[in-house]
Amino acid sequence: MEILVCVKKVPDPAENEIVVSRDGSDIERDDLVYSVNEWDNYAVEEAIQLVEEHGGSVTVVSVGDEESDEIIRRELAMGADAGNLLDDEAFHYSDGRGVAAILAHAARRGSYDLILTGAQAEDAAAQVGGMLAAMLDVPYASLVVRVRVMDGKKLKIAREIDGGNLEINEIDLPCALSIQTGINEPRYVGIRGIRKTASVQVPVLGAAQLGVDPATVGEAGAKVRKLDYFVPEMGEGAEILQGSREEMADQLIARLKGRGVIQ
Amino acid sequence: MVHQVFIYVAHRDGQAADSALELLSAARILSPDGPVTAIVTGWGEVLDRVCQEMASRCPEVWKLAHQDLAYPNAEAVRKCLVEVLPSEAVLLLAHDTLGMDLGPGLSVKLNSSFVSDVVAMTAPRDGALTLVREEYGGQVSTHVSCDISGGAVLSIRSGAFPALEDGAPGEVQDRSSEIGDLACGRRFLEIVEAEAGDVDITKEEILVSAGRGIEDEDNIEIAEELAKALGGVVSCSRPIVDAKWLEKARQVGTSGKTVKPKIYLALGISGSFQHLGGLKGNPFIVAVNKNSKAPIFQVADVGVVDDLLEFVPLLTERINSQR
Ligand SMILES: Cc1cc2nc3c(=O)[nH]c(=O)nc-3n(C[C@H](O)[C@H](O)[C@H](O)COP(=O)(O)OP(=O)(O)OC[C@H]3O[C@@H](n4cnc5c(N)ncnc54)[C@H](O)[C@@H]3O)c2cc1C
Ligand SMILES: Nc1ncnc2c1ncn2[C@@H]1O[C@H](COP(=O)(O)O)[C@@H](O)[C@H]1O
Repeated sequence: MEILVCVKKVPDPAENEIVVSRDGSDIERDDLVYSVNEWDNYAVEEAIQLVEEHGGSVTVVSVGDEESDEIIRRELAMGADAGNLLDDEAFHYSDGRGVAAILAHAARRGSYDLILTGAQAEDAAAQVGGMLAAMLDVPYASLVVRVRVMDGKKLKIAREIDGGNLEINEIDLPCALSIQTGINEPRYVGIRGIRKTASVQVPVLGAAQLGVDPATVGEAGAKVRKLDYFVPEMGEGAEILQGSREEMADQLIARLKGRGVIQ
Repeated sequence: MVHQVFIYVAHRDGQAADSALELLSAARILSPDGPVTAIVTGWGEVLDRVCQEMASRCPEVWKLAHQDLAYPNAEAVRKCLVEVLPSEAVLLLAHDTLGMDLGPGLSVKLNSSFVSDVVAMTAPRDGALTLVREEYGGQVSTHVSCDISGGAVLSIRSGAFPALEDGAPGEVQDRSSEIGDLACGRRFLEIVEAEAGDVDITKEEILVSAGRGIEDEDNIEIAEELAKALGGVVSCSRPIVDAKWLEKARQVGTSGKTVKPKIYLALGISGSFQHLGGLKGNPFIVAVNKNSKAPIFQVADVGVVDDLLEFVPLLTERINSQR
């Protein structure tokens, strides 16, 4: 099975406090720690497991800047067979539709049985996977938490819906799936693994190589644009306890007593 | 130019989802005086019931009946909507597991703009709409402008808009004859219900809930000790279940359990809308988080900005020593 996995570099939410930049045009990006979007890591692991069981290869692609090759190398260290960075001046400030269009061109360069994306990106909108599938005219299912290969022609998949219930579907290959967290346990990539791929040159493909019309992507093609970042004023918010750790604990105990939790 | 505004109504067991009335009030922002059309797809008697229900609140209801729509398979629903929607339509749908499945691909096939998970918007001007979305689990918000001159598909967050209570009644139009062939590459087989766990967190009055901030499987014990001291049980956010540190039945949220405790202690939980979506009944919320800007503090009653790994053991010890 030939599998394409779309991965995105995002600020790691576990490592950063995200704050709005002074002029509100962006988030504060100095000192941000970046990593692979959490959902995409599950997608790559799923692809590797499918190939381990059924043969084939895993290719990862990312639309990003010149520093995004680091996440592609990380996925190579994890076990992906090949990776491409899709980068071009013309791609900058693409909206979701633009990113999906660039990825669609990359997908058409190969003949993939399965295309995986994450269900959503930390900084985005749960849109690219479904758009990509529609552009490629292949069937799509989102929020997938289980994949079984039925025969060479179709998969049996489970989508996770409300309440953790599973919706079981059959889907024809080739198809695209967006992967939900928890589908597997992504393997650990240690320093040694990363080091092994450190010298790999990740091929970069631009608009010309991909056959993307620059007018349809990037800022030029965007119908959806971010105007600014802000932090909304929300109601009163919590009463934030003050003082030493011991004092905060005692104040909290008093509040809980007031609620009858502690006698 | 005036766009025709539609809402797509999700339903179950012959009842419209709560999101339907919220979509209607969001649609009013787009079309303050113009009509709004509710689209209901499905099959059989349950479909008729939902259409009637919507007709009591909405001036126009399009019924789209087809056997392949008996279960809302997004691929089939998409095909159906592409055939019946006029060009340049603006369609609102819920940002739920069906909306996530349906919206992005639909916008591509309609060749219209798409914005997901909208929490606020203002009336359109000059063919553009300004909307508010959140990023990074609600840590920051953005204003987004969306060109709707060629139509748009917008998915709306649950609870972001009030339910419309005073919608004028209307008529059901059966448009099923416009539906063409819906055969598609994805077929619905069955629903498998989530497994029950060894505790039922939906019945508990005191929940001590662990999030990714607990950092390590061994630290779950810290939450368990506090729960014991308070006479409650441990629940958690999704990453804890993904890591297999606790069973799925302990997960609070839209893809987990809906709980209604009296007291909810959120330890190292950022407060994403999917997590908070499972927290009902207006509990007294205590949040412990080392990030003072975590969104959970906006909904909590009492907040402690501290390292939970230090604070919670101390808290537990002081509770126990007061016995
Ligand atoms: C379709 C869908 C359905 C979903 N359903 C659910 C659901 O049902 N339930 C759910 O919970 N999520 C759900 N999610 C995931 C959700 O989007 C968030 O990713 C998740 O809720 C985040 O969990 P968290 O708050 O524990 O982790 P994070 O967002 O990573 O937050 C961790 C918090 O811990 C704090 N912290 C870190 N270390 C410490 C420390 N030592 N002391 C104190 N604080 C610390 C950090 O400041 C941070 O605020 C769903 C997502 C999707 C796409
Ligand atoms: N710039 C990108 N490069 C590669 N894949 C992407 C990119 N942006 C989004 N994706 C994929 O689409 C999924 C959903 O992202 P989004 O729609 O932006 O929330 C991600 O999990 C990725 O798999």
